Amino acid sequence: MIDTNVYLSRYPFRRLYGDEPSELLSTLRKNGIAQAWASSFDALLHRDLAAVNARLAEDCRRYSNGDLLPIGSVNPTAPDWREDLRRCIAEHRMQGLRLHPAYHGYGLDHPSLAELFGLAAERNIFLQIVCTMEDERTQHPLVKAAPVALDPLPGALRRAPNLRVQLLNCRGGSPELLTALALTQRAYSDFAMIEGVHGPARWNAALGSDRVVFGSYSPFFYCEAAVLKVKEAGMDSKTLDQNAKRLLGAKR
Amino acid sequence: MTIWDLHCHPSGFGGRTPEESMAEVVRIADRMGVEKLCIYLGSLRETDPDPAQMRAHNDYILRCVQHWAHRVYGFAYVNPNHVDASLDEIRRCIRDGPLVGIKLWVARRCSDPALDPIVSAAAALKAVIFQHTWLKTTGNLPGESSPIDMATLAARFPNVPMICGHTGGNWEFGIRAVRAYPNVSVDLAGSDPTNGFTEMAVRELGAGRVIYGSDSGGRGMASQLAKLHGARVSAAAKDQIASGNLRRMLEPIVKSKA
Repeated sequence: MIDTNVYLSRYPFRRLYGDEPSELLSTLRKNGIAQAWASSFDALLHRDLAAVNARLAEDCRRYSNGDLLPIGSVNPTAPDWREDLRRCIAEHRMQGLRLHPAYHGYGLDHPSLAELFGLAAERNIFLQIVCTMEDERTQHPLVKAAPVALDPLPGALRRAPNLRVQLLNCRGGSPELLTALALTQRAYSDFAMIEGVHGPARWNAALGSDRVVFGSYSPFFYCEAAVLKVKEAGMDSKTLDQNAKRLLGAKR
Repeated sequence: MTIWDLHCHPSGFGGRTPEESMAEVVRIADRMGVEKLCIYLGSLRETDPDPAQMRAHNDYILRCVQHWAHRVYGFAYVNPNHVDASLDEIRRCIRDGPLVGIKLWVARRCSDPALDPIVSAAAALKAVIFQHTWLKTTGNLPGESSPIDMATLAARFPNVPMICGHTGGNWEFGIRAVRAYPNVSVDLAGSDPTNGFTEMAVRELGAGRVIYGSDSGGRGMASQLAKLHGARVSAAAKDQIASGNLRRMLEPIVKSKA
């Protein structure tokens, strides 16, 4: 199975089993994950994202045989972010980028994001938008980050034809928002934070079964949570994989 | 591994009646390998229900238990803002009925001695005592207990076993808050399946004080079972967490009813 949502390095507020790449890979393999798309926890609070992305690319190379795909991070409000984008694509050969608006302090209506959307579409890379990293009720009281407001996203996607985006760690949305996202046919999502006994099945129905992909949010979450959700919801792992491959896009 | 779920709300599974909801509970429990479940709260949404509402919610649970007594254990909801009505419910549903525990939720913090007659009455019947707790970064409800409130209650009743619901949500503080009170066990239910939760609970409290629960249907059984299946603890510890500890807590009252 393809896991579209894993992290390397250290979560800022606790050590996690799996924050060493070898431990993470062992857990993923035990759970039947053949390929994982990895970003770095360092991207949340570090300002030197060029160094974060370089370490990520190197770790993915060193610890895996291509089964860890590096997904770099860019902050479109940082000075000269276009250079980070260039290095991710040209030097690290990354096929996607992961955005952390809640930790970089911008909304999805930020003008620089529109430019990033356009550039990503032009270069045929997909973008992952992390809606939240942790339940607001359990966040560190001195570092609170509200979930990303997704309302501007359908409009932004209409203005960036051909861009493929994926929501990570989304907890849900209004029926109007989900319908608008489904209509774009370019909005994918994992279900790591979709809860309830019928939650993942309803998520599938709302976004479209051809737009939902597997994401475990390891090592922050126990990998088994997403694996068991597939079973609980009666989802088809082959379909989830096909969707992930479509999101990844044709090889450039 | 035999799995019993400490924390389940049938109304969250859909269905127009308690019977329909329970059919869905059992269907999903079967799929996920859960043998028995403790159920409570009915369709409760009011944070401070009056005696009539309390009774109605317990009637819902009584209906659930009626047809599925071989799969579920029912707990009676009680409200410490209505102590006499709560004692009536304990007599009606537990002493004279099939329910085996009490559920305390968010009407009044459990550090308040007003709870004491309720705890004493439940303890006299050997009923399992479950108290919801959270310690929210975003702030608790006015009557919502934290694990620190739980510790205060546990200190007043050192010989009465009780369960700290959700381990306070912020489990790294919740575990520490109740660590010194051996009569308190913790419930793994109803928070994100965060890596390390179960391991810390076992490390600090011992596997004998950690109980698996889901808080389904609001939570999936899947995400919460990951705290059991994904935890790096011994197989023996998993057995205790999965069902052994809950079985031990339920045994006195189940035997007395038999």
